[in-house]
Amino acid sequence: MSGGHSTYTPKTGFGRWMDARLPLPRLVYDSFVAYPVPRNLNYAYTFGGILSLMLTVQILTGIVLAMHYASNTEIAFSSVEKIMRDVNSGWLLRYLHANGASFFFIAVYVHIFRGLFYGSYKAPRELLWILGCIIYLLMMATAFMGYVLPWGQMSFWGATVITGFFTAIPLVGDWIQQLLLGGFAVDNPTLNRFFSLHYLLPFMIAGVVVLHIWALHVTGQTNPTGIEVKQKTDTVAFTPYATIKDGFAMVVFLLVFLYFVFYIPNYLGHPDNYIEANPLQTPAHIVPEWYFLPFYAILRAITFNIGPIDSKLGGVLAMFGAIAVLFVVPWLDTSKVRSAVYRPWYQLFFWLFVADAIFLGWLGSRPAEGAYVAMAQAATLYYFAFFIVVMPVLGLIETPRRMPNSITEAVLEKNKPGTPAAQTAGEA
Amino acid sequence: MSATHSTEHTRRDFLYVATGVAGAVGAAGAIWPFIDQMRPDASTRALASIQVDVSAVEPGMSLTVKWRGQPVFIRNRTEQEIEAARQVALEDLKDPIARNDNLPADAPATDIDRSAGEGRENWLVMIGICTHLGCVPLGQAGDFGGWFCPCHGSHYDTAGRVRKGPAPENMAVPTFEFISDTVVQIG
Repeated sequence: MSGGHSTYTPKTGFGRWMDARLPLPRLVYDSFVAYPVPRNLNYAYTFGGILSLMLTVQILTGIVLAMHYASNTEIAFSSVEKIMRDVNSGWLLRYLHANGASFFFIAVYVHIFRGLFYGSYKAPRELLWILGCIIYLLMMATAFMGYVLPWGQMSFWGATVITGFFTAIPLVGDWIQQLLLGGFAVDNPTLNRFFSLHYLLPFMIAGVVVLHIWALHVTGQTNPTGIEVKQKTDTVAFTPYATIKDGFAMVVFLLVFLYFVFYIPNYLGHPDNYIEANPLQTPAHIVPEWYFLPFYAILRAITFNIGPIDSKLGGVLAMFGAIAVLFVVPWLDTSKVRSAVYRPWYQLFFWLFVADAIFLGWLGSRPAEGAYVAMAQAATLYYFAFFIVVMPVLGLIETPRRMPNSITEAVLEKNKPGTPAAQTAGEA
Repeated sequence: MSATHSTEHTRRDFLYVATGVAGAVGAAGAIWPFIDQMRPDASTRALASIQVDVSAVEPGMSLTVKWRGQPVFIRNRTEQEIEAARQVALEDLKDPIARNDNLPADAPATDIDRSAGEGRENWLVMIGICTHLGCVPLGQAGDFGGWFCPCHGSHYDTAGRVRKGPAPENMAVPTFEFISDTVVQIG
């Protein structure tokens, strides 16, 4: 699947002239027209395209919002209200941007779970997976700093709590926190630098996305069977097949996204963020945005000291560890079978893991007291056990189902009348 | 050096090393201002001390003032609160250190060491920030009648010492001084 045999032939004189000097049309043709994709991709595989679309939406709306926003603590809050009330179409642009962040995360979570289900991270796609993890980390940093900009109560206290994580680091923690904040507490210098970085990071994401797609086009896509492409009949051309499928999925995704934007634009937000930041009063109940809730629950689950590590540092380590563990998934999974379709036990543990992640998210929105703490501890235990115990051990002891010899065989077998369908389609 | 096929040092070797060292030192020097600018600036550091008139604060009342962008609790404690804090044995404390900038770093977290000292045991001056992740605890709340942090559920007693929850340390007592009977200078 890796390039090397380009089928591009320029049709016009200008095309030939261009091709001899800067073969950009050839690159585009080879990458997005003639590029062969497995013929059995399902809709779970459309989220990469959706993510590119959401990144574009965020950058475009963000650039115009920055034309009206003021990153000064005196006027930041009112400048956002000005965008909502005075700026022409400002309300729409801001709601697109705010809900766009949420839908960006919805898409990335589906994309990540898709990768975990179909074993997309396995050799030779380890770097592709790691680049994806880096994008996810950058997305989280960008979203966090963006949420601080409206300078509401949740902005302020979210920033206080999250920069407070760094004080857990022994010896240099306070110094690092002051370096991040530019002061002893979240204040004007913090807001200014967060705005600057919030503008920068999406372009860094775009850069890593280029590497991510490059790596994808070197190894080729995986597919629901997890069997590598072996013959020409295993693939179809990117255009029109994948373009149309991706395009259709984008339209459906945008419909849901726009329903939120136009009908329930504040559903995913928090009402406290419409109260201007007050450094002297913490809201009764601080919660991060929904897409951070599972990690927030993990942070709060560590209420006990572990040897020399106190509960505060332990919580912070567990929270960062929950993300760091993703980076080593290609080496934790010992199974020789790529796709969960042929791994009945892995399938069970995978869906338990999905349920566990959602459960952690719900726990993150609850107060940290009583039975919630014990439940969060149990759910955190499974979160890590899935990666550190289930992935390595299951690969060694599980008996996989019989696999077809090729993608073509899998597709034809499935479409043959009277035979039980292979468990491929529609799972994500 | 392997490029020269000889163990003798040549002028080119010297140029390689000199350029490399100058480049590394230069790069480190050039990076430093980019990091340095992120540290608290002169105007932030200049907000060193404030003076607060506490004459109107009766026993059982608290005052919250802003110092270096952070809330400072000044509480005139009641007899019962002082007594409750004195009853606690040091072994029962999660953090047995006073965390009082006016005392040696290893001073024990006795009630007197947490307060404004001999003769002013009723006054408690501390940075009103939970030592867990920086929220502002709510006063006269929680299981020990002191402070309760709503963010992650840390409980502090009437001397501002952490008793329960994820916070690792007692709330910090800043450098302060009663410059008269009614005015306290913080910082």
